[in-house]
Amino acid sequence: MSDFVLETKNLGISFGGLKAVQDVNLKIKKNEIYGLIGPNGAGKTTVFNMLTGVYQPTTGTFFLNGEELKGNTQEKINHKGIARTFQNIRLFNNMTVVRNVMVGLHSAPEFKCTLLESLLRLPRHFRVEREMRERAKELLEIFGLLDERNHLAYNLPYGKQRRLEIARALATSPKLLLLDEPAAGMNPQETAELMDMIRFVRDHFDMTILLIEHDMSLVSGICDRLTVLNFGVTLAEGDVTTVLNNPDVVKAYLGD
Amino acid sequence: MTSLLQGLKNIKWKHYINYIAVGIFAILFTLMTFGGSLPQSTLYMLEEITMNILLSVSLCLVVGFLGELSLGHAGFMCVGAYMGGKLAVILSKTALGNGVLSFVFCMLLGAVVAGAAGFLIGLPALRLKGDYLAIVTLAFGEIVKTLFQNSSSESFGGPVGLRTPRFDKQYLFIIGFALVLLALFVIQNLIRSKHGRAITAIRDNEIAAKATGINVTKYKLLGFIISAAFAGIAGVFYSFSHNYVKAEVFDYNYSIEILIMVVLGGMGNISGAIISATLITVLNTELQTILTGDRAVLKDVIYALILIAIVIYNNAPALRSFRERFTPRAFVRRLLAKRKGNAYNADDDARWDVVPTKIDMDEVLSVDLKVVESTMRPDKEDKSDE
Amino acid sequence: MDFIITLVNGLSLGGVYAMIALGYTMVYGIAKLLNFAHGDVIMVSGYAILVFLSFDPILAIICATLFCMLLGIAMERVAYRPLRGASPLAVLITAIGVSYLLQSLAQIIFGAADRYVIVADLGSITLGEVKIDVGTIITLGASLVIMMALSLFVKFTRTGRAMVAVSEDRDAARLMGININRIITITFAIGSALAALAGLFSLFRVPTIMPTYGAMPGIKAFVAAVIGGIGSIPGAMLGGILLGVVECICNSTPLAPYTIAIEFAILIVILLVKPTGILGKKRREKV
Repeated sequence: MSDFVLETKNLGISFGGLKAVQDVNLKIKKNEIYGLIGPNGAGKTTVFNMLTGVYQPTTGTFFLNGEELKGNTQEKINHKGIARTFQNIRLFNNMTVVRNVMVGLHSAPEFKCTLLESLLRLPRHFRVEREMRERAKELLEIFGLLDERNHLAYNLPYGKQRRLEIARALATSPKLLLLDEPAAGMNPQETAELMDMIRFVRDHFDMTILLIEHDMSLVSGICDRLTVLNFGVTLAEGDVTTVLNNPDVVKAYLGD
Repeated sequence: MTSLLQGLKNIKWKHYINYIAVGIFAILFTLMTFGGSLPQSTLYMLEEITMNILLSVSLCLVVGFLGELSLGHAGFMCVGAYMGGKLAVILSKTALGNGVLSFVFCMLLGAVVAGAAGFLIGLPALRLKGDYLAIVTLAFGEIVKTLFQNSSSESFGGPVGLRTPRFDKQYLFIIGFALVLLALFVIQNLIRSKHGRAITAIRDNEIAAKATGINVTKYKLLGFIISAAFAGIAGVFYSFSHNYVKAEVFDYNYSIEILIMVVLGGMGNISGAIISATLITVLNTELQTILTGDRAVLKDVIYALILIAIVIYNNAPALRSFRERFTPRAFVRRLLAKRKGNAYNADDDARWDVVPTKIDMDEVLSVDLKVVESTMRPDKEDKSDE
Repeated sequence: MDFIITLVNGLSLGGVYAMIALGYTMVYGIAKLLNFAHGDVIMVSGYAILVFLSFDPILAIICATLFCMLLGIAMERVAYRPLRGASPLAVLITAIGVSYLLQSLAQIIFGAADRYVIVADLGSITLGEVKIDVGTIITLGASLVIMMALSLFVKFTRTGRAMVAVSEDRDAARLMGININRIITITFAIGSALAALAGLFSLFRVPTIMPTYGAMPGIKAFVAAVIGGIGSIPGAMLGGILLGVVECICNSTPLAPYTIAIEFAILIVILLVKPTGILGKKRREKV
């Protein structure tokens, strides 16, 4: 077993000759909250996209608990234990809140139910449906969404949509959770609540979290360690205070 | 009394409403035929109706639930009609004759071959979306039509068409009803299961579905195969009912007519698809006697106008708030709120009346260029300072 | 010699396809919608020429073109503009509805039977052993001139450049002060005018029209636009001419009955191998 939940080795990708991201080396320990920051267009979301199989890295590779995941399809990577949220929220808008979470539970081995069993309405179908719903409700309760469970995801207020996305990601029982700008569009109070929630998720679900964020109060408040990307390359890495006081980082953010 | 009411309340009636409605009509008409009070023309109409319900319900799976626009549904039907019809011709010369058993074999063959064609069309659906896929399905339908048109006269009759033995029984329409019930059983049970949930998740947001661990390949193909198989069955039924299969019938106008049934039925609404298929078939048959010659297209004008109006009404962004107040759904909601005296929760169902949102225009915008540009000029003001 | 005739025919048919394809590709690039009813504008043009032909052929052509432009603008105004911002699938279904509507209206007004429209008896010329219809040559020449003019228009006029801007990024173009509605209206007008001319040139080839006259050429032109790379003006020309030549060559071989199937098969293969077409730009979905 590897010491690190996630380890990337020289991860990089180029689009048509342009190196969007190069040589990213992340080492994330269990139960760590790890921040990935950097100016707009630094390649942070591209890193997420590589880690979840949306893009195939052109160089380097990455490991989850020592197992190489590069080259797998998105759903396979999710089954192996990486779940994510999106910068621009992507919910199943025309489905109810509880069903959004149930989709997340789809691949869990305990909820296995073949197509034939579902079509013929064998007992297992009913049991699985009932249990999935119960589990989904438990998750929704944790995230304070139980009362809205029968609303369409589309009609939830913004902050709750963000929470629902996290709940859905956790429903896939990941080992590593990737959060893409979870505090985007939130006011300071909501951000503070979000920080509590992220800590709670780590403790309650025994989770390791990698997050992209622009809100420095959130980053310095909850991250254990950071990596700063700029123009697709690693500018600095280490614990929060050191990194944020690094003159290169300050320069990248505030200009010369 | 109260416990009985409670028990009736607990049954999810809306899950069974389609079976019940179709079943009642089937029984009603069966009794009437054996009572001898149904004219031949009504029997033919019932055959048409059940066939069109099969077609619209199966297309509803792909368009309404999977969210892919298929303009080649008549192509699958064509495959089924020719395959089933040909097998019927062969079997009618054997000991099986023109009996129920050979009917079943023909159905199976039609379903399997059409399902295989559905698999083939599902493959491009994995890579293409929206308009492109619509055109590919249209192309598929036309290719199938052309191939059968140019077949040799010994194989599928070529341009003349294939003469098939009519399953000349008074009760052919009863088999039609049975097939509708079968289609409802399979498609409704599929949709109301975890597998159906996965399919609708793909419809709502394919990227999120993949990230949530849904095997998009598998479910897209599944949707296309099942839909095509039932279209194939409808095709076999066609060959048995019309006793003559001609490729021209299955052109893309037919596909569009089926699509109209699905859209008028409210997109992913199976009851709606059944009702609109029935209404359109009845109207078509009735109007045929009233409107003759070139005036017969008057009904097409009306269909087209209704289609345009419904799609615009259901989807125009500017009409959103208007829509929320003046839809049947909103009306029911208000009524329930008044009766129960509490706020109404959206029922535990997805919203279907709208055309799928899956292909969001913003999502198709180029990201490559944006990566390039923004990497070169990082936006400095936008960043929060500590 | 036969081959040269086939080739010239193919080029001229290709010119017609290219002109329709240009309309498709411009509308698709700028308004981001697949105007399924575009092919039916050809049919409307044919009937308009039929109606006005009793006055004067030139007048008929001008009137038909203007009528089609108005039709295109009206179509966009009534059916597509309310759906701007809605799912493309909704727009596509509406477009199918519009196509259906135009076809059935034409049938009500003019009947389903074929009507003969002989615009002018142009005769044919003989070059060596090759005898070619004047109509074919006019078609070929006119389509080349029109395409060139369109390319220059897009490249060098304010409106043309605004069109490119809108097709690249509608929101950015709006922020730059471009009137999106105006640009889309102009696009539909130009596209419909091209379709009207394509209708005229088709009449040189086969002087009969019926309500479904535009459907197949419309779909084939879309195939051409996709082959060339949708959204690309040179792509539409290339795809159109390629498809026209392939069609005429196929028609002169024993494969003739399968021509349509072959054309559609080419479409499917191209979409699967290179969905962006020959000259199309790559677009990647943003995650």
